[in-house]
Amino acid sequence: MTASLPVAAPPARGWRHRHLLDVDQLSRDELVGILELAVEMRTRRAAGERLHALAGEAVGLAFYEPSTRTRVSFELAARVLGADTVDLSVAGSSVTKGESLADTLRTLDRTGITIIVLRHAAAGAPYEACRAVEAARIVNAGDGRHAHPTQALLDALTLREALGGLEGRRLAIVGDVAHSRVARSNITCLTRLGAEVVLGGPAAWVRGFDAAYPGVRVAATLADALRGADAVMTLRVQLERAAAAGIGPVDAYVRDWSLTSERLDRWAPAAWVLHPGPTNEGVEISAELAASARSLIGRQVENGVPVRMAALARLAG
Amino acid sequence: MTLALRSGRFGALSDAPATFVLDGALVMDPPSGTADVREIAVVGGRIAEPALAPADAPRIQADGLVVAPGFCDLHAHLREPGGEDAETVAGGSRAAAHGGFTTVCAMPNTDPPIDDPASVTWLLARASDASCRVRVVAAATAGRAGVELPDYAALAAAGAVAVSDDGASIPTGRLASRAMVAVAAAGLPLIEHAEDASLAAGTAMRAGPVATRLGLAGWPASAEAVVVERDIALAAETGARVHFTHLSTSGSVEAVRRGKAAGLPITCDVTPHHLALTDAWVAGDRRFSWETGDDDDVARPLEDGLAYDGRCRVNPPLPSREDALALLGALADGTVDAIATDHAPHPPQRKAVPFEEASPGMIGLETALSVGLAAVDAGRLSLRRLIEALSISPARVIGEERSLVAGRPADLVVFDPASRWTVDPRRLAGGSHNTPLLGRELPGLVRLTVAAGRVTWDDGLLA
Repeated sequence: MTASLPVAAPPARGWRHRHLLDVDQLSRDELVGILELAVEMRTRRAAGERLHALAGEAVGLAFYEPSTRTRVSFELAARVLGADTVDLSVAGSSVTKGESLADTLRTLDRTGITIIVLRHAAAGAPYEACRAVEAARIVNAGDGRHAHPTQALLDALTLREALGGLEGRRLAIVGDVAHSRVARSNITCLTRLGAEVVLGGPAAWVRGFDAAYPGVRVAATLADALRGADAVMTLRVQLERAAAAGIGPVDAYVRDWSLTSERLDRWAPAAWVLHPGPTNEGVEISAELAASARSLIGRQVENGVPVRMAALARLAG
Repeated sequence: MTLALRSGRFGALSDAPATFVLDGALVMDPPSGTADVREIAVVGGRIAEPALAPADAPRIQADGLVVAPGFCDLHAHLREPGGEDAETVAGGSRAAAHGGFTTVCAMPNTDPPIDDPASVTWLLARASDASCRVRVVAAATAGRAGVELPDYAALAAAGAVAVSDDGASIPTGRLASRAMVAVAAAGLPLIEHAEDASLAAGTAMRAGPVATRLGLAGWPASAEAVVVERDIALAAETGARVHFTHLSTSGSVEAVRRGKAAGLPITCDVTPHHLALTDAWVAGDRRFSWETGDDDDVARPLEDGLAYDGRCRVNPPLPSREDALALLGALADGTVDAIATDHAPHPPQRKAVPFEEASPGMIGLETALSVGLAAVDAGRLSLRRLIEALSISPARVIGEERSLVAGRPADLVVFDPASRWTVDPRRLAGGSHNTPLLGRELPGLVRLTVAAGRVTWDDGLLA
């Protein structure tokens, strides 16, 4: 037996966005609406319902940077909702032949791709993309250091379910905040949903964030960051970046900021642990902690598909 | 050569000298102290006593208009040779005439660079029938490579009015010191683009909360200040005339203020975009610096259509609001001598790309007066100071005089300060249209430009 969602997707009250470029464009109600739609999608998909919210849509996956989990979960989300998908793998396409981003996207637009999921190494590329296209809608799947809205939404969903809500909860984000689009989108998303965000990491990686994000606190030590935290998200350390950023050798990072069960037991015994993946085990997080019962890393991955289903459904039609 | 734009016509330096009488306009001539409504006459290309004008000279009633000495831009990129897809000497000079400029200093960062007497001579010949006087700034180091000094005396003899490695600073203190000794001997000013390359490397916009939110590597104010401080110390040692161009930070103008107070022969300019635009423009804000408040919310959501606009990418990057207002204050009090446009044409394909990949620079010749008048209208600047900064002071940096006194070659601009226009590609004469001001309504229409006695732009006033 099959049931279906209405094709004219759940046009949530007040939804007025043509593109999904960052969570900062979304109101608190719109954020909550997507999370609730994601839960509904997850339930219906688990129940074996056939969903059609993206029937007739052609979703193009334009990934200018390598990605496995984000690309796969977008592709699956689109297909589960009935869309055609086109994987515009970078190698062998005109992307590598020097055609500009705008020209490539204009071509996709005219070809009839209706939703372009864009991952690009340059901050702001999706904003340039939405100026280039006429009909297609753009979904940002990560732009440089700037934003990764669907990652923030799936983190918010994961945290909301683990903590029973976000209002008044405290999340610590630890690591290379400066180079992290995940951190930026999470700060915006979680604070808008009523959570408190504390940042920790080597000074070069957290400098200026308290001025840029009013209400966000920068902690001086890991202990300071963790105390009172309901959850802690640690970010991937790009090993080659550590030396260049002047934070010293990686073992200094491990000494001061690496998350282990022992440290968590001491400073935030009840806190959940998140990581956007992929992890450098033994650097920003111990293998033991990542696999422990307080790790939400698996749940984050599981929530990727339903959250992206909800995000795509919002833009459909 | 003439070319039409909307209602107006362009002329060239090779045209016949002009003769006309203008009545009813406010004549603003800071050097002579004139600032009143009176008749002004041009006879055979020279300013003349109105009573001595021929009886059949065309008479123009110009009530409500302002007459000022022609503007002089110390910093423009005319892109020849090598960048003709963006701009040419002819097109850039028409943009200049359309904006009220009668002299434009062409920067040498062309391909190949203007770094020897032959290339100076070539460029001057190229500009002989342009719509403004083109003055040549030659490279301060051979090939702009920052290693060896060219023969400054030979460059000066060929007609160069200054030297600069614009686009970069002279890289080391030692070479800058040697360059200053040599320019002082050659009688030329050194125009310095103050920017420490190691601090600026990899950055795309001004450091600060906006850059942090946008995830763009930030250009620190220190990148400019350390070179300004270095060069002021070297100017004190060498006695060289050093002109700092496109200053963008309050720390730099503070350093210039101290240097001037110590009696050093240093001068500086700012661009219209560093006065009026701010780093928030990269996030999609479109208010001028003086239109924003102290309590402005850094957390304003980005706008899909306006954020990360490559046309806001410029070097030095757009300043913080505080620094833009400090630059305005320093312009008003005379610490900043001149407004220079850093007119930097680029074709669309070098701007419609992700922000970090956009070529830096925006056009400015045709909007400089209007942006300045917007600051005047906002009470941030006097009209007299604006005219000094666009005309008298920059001309003085390259050793030229500007005045509307009788007997001098006519070199003037007539503009309507009250009329408003919308910046639109169809109303721009230059070869490129890369400015984030497109679509914005601004005050100030240039009605007539006369360079070296020739009408170079006439918006229906004479003909």
